[in-house]
Amino acid sequence: MSTAPSPTAYNYKVVRQFAIMTVVWGIIGMGLGVFIASQIVWPDLNFGLPWTTFGRLRPLHTNLVIFAFGGCALFGTSYYVVQRTCQTRLISDGLAAFHFWGWQAVIIGAIVTLPMGYTTTKEYAELEWPIAILLAVVWIAYGAVFFGTIVKRKTKHIYVANWFYGAFIVVTAMLHIVNHISLPVSLFKSYSAYAGATDAMIQWWYGHNAVGFFLTTGFLGMMYYFVPKQAERPIYSYRLSIVHFWALITLYIWAGPHHLHYTALPDWAQSLGMVMSIILLVPSWGGMINGMMTLSGAWHKLRTDPILRFLVLSLAFYGMSTFEGPMMAIKTVNALSHYTDWTIGHVHSGALGWVAMITIGAVYHMIPKLYGRPQMHSIALINTHFWLATVGTVLYIAAMWVNGITQGLMWRAINDDGTLTYSFVEALQASHPGYMVRALGGAIFASGMLFMAYNVFRTICAANTEEAEAAAQIAVVGAH
Amino acid sequence: MIAMDIGMIRGLGTVVVMVAFIGLALWVYSPRRKAEFDDATLLPFADDPEAIAQVRRAQDQRNAHAARSPKP
Repeated sequence: MSTAPSPTAYNYKVVRQFAIMTVVWGIIGMGLGVFIASQIVWPDLNFGLPWTTFGRLRPLHTNLVIFAFGGCALFGTSYYVVQRTCQTRLISDGLAAFHFWGWQAVIIGAIVTLPMGYTTTKEYAELEWPIAILLAVVWIAYGAVFFGTIVKRKTKHIYVANWFYGAFIVVTAMLHIVNHISLPVSLFKSYSAYAGATDAMIQWWYGHNAVGFFLTTGFLGMMYYFVPKQAERPIYSYRLSIVHFWALITLYIWAGPHHLHYTALPDWAQSLGMVMSIILLVPSWGGMINGMMTLSGAWHKLRTDPILRFLVLSLAFYGMSTFEGPMMAIKTVNALSHYTDWTIGHVHSGALGWVAMITIGAVYHMIPKLYGRPQMHSIALINTHFWLATVGTVLYIAAMWVNGITQGLMWRAINDDGTLTYSFVEALQASHPGYMVRALGGAIFASGMLFMAYNVFRTICAANTEEAEAAAQIAVVGAH
Repeated sequence: MIAMDIGMIRGLGTVVVMVAFIGLALWVYSPRRKAEFDDATLLPFADDPEAIAQVRRAQDQRNAHAARSPKP
């Protein structure tokens, strides 16, 4: 479906492309997650081939769900939100198209190189230097389109969602470029420019802020637009949203060292990371409360609107994981939780509960509007998806809590003579039931995405070109 | 002459962040900016004829409710 470039219409083409790829990459990325979770239950699924081992497929899973699924969701929604709240078309259709196709090329690069074993070994930054450079170039194009559109806005204010998206774009560029500075020795091998504890600190400054600015700030931008929009009420407090923004971005950047407790990192840096992580609870919950309270007086809508249910439950999981995170950053708690499955559970309560659910809600909101349809093909199927996603997430994180605490306690158990009570394999055997529940929960969550794909497909099939083009027209009412 | 050691830099850093936060809070919660923020908060609905009317009504109700409740 093509939209003729016209200053009176939004560029919905790139938004549609990203929205559809969000669903596609979601299915592939989550499906791969279920596969590697099954490998841990049944190691035979490694097939004895280097390309299909857990060690190579796990980074592919994280890259696909974070950068392919999460990335496409953030790009699509940010282009939708920036155009609609600035009441203007994207500044450049060509650059936006370059952004879309360039990003898909980065993902294909990941799908090819990671199973072949090409990796920087830096977590969430595994892509080797040629792909990392392409990613940086595409990212800068994205920033140019986004900020260019804000500059030519027809409205007086820059809506708060755009501030969050803007911070996500600027900080992610900074993190990616600084962490990836390296010396290439061949086409697919490079060595980090940093050494020892410094390298570890740079990596986790990147790693934690990938969580903070990619998986939190960007999705908060989504929250500040789609929650008010779906609830049909303005955000609870615009003032709180401004305090939320500045407090969050000031504090998040310091929290990285909590990934390096009890390592060679200097003690003062570990304590700094711990303290900043604990303080981070305040802006995180401020934002969650701001989103939740937007529904005050409209709670009854949850009974009939499964899209709103997705959005509100995502905020509940956001609140839960931003309480759990600061708690796990306390050194004494970290001594129990670090390197165990508790960490994996924490990440997935954020990734499935918060990131994926708010994305799913936003995409369900956006798809009918992008194609000029009154609503999704089936509201009942959205409800089915909602319950699959909820049950899947709860099974996943409950299994990982049980496993994590079991592992933490077994690893630290010591006999009277100072020897270890349990061998590593004994802790692994104790974890086996939890791994089965985790794979089951993940499979339930991923199956919901198939219902979404069918629902999206039917909605798009029901649309026609005229309806879709009419939907893209810029209707200016009550402009200020 | 006060020594500019690491402790002093850390102390000053804390002061700067604290002052910035208090300044931000005062700026944001100044009554002078209320109208501006009430305006900005409607932006998600401003390009949707149906939504804007409904949301304006909800906002007026909320403001009326706030005006009725006792001032601190």
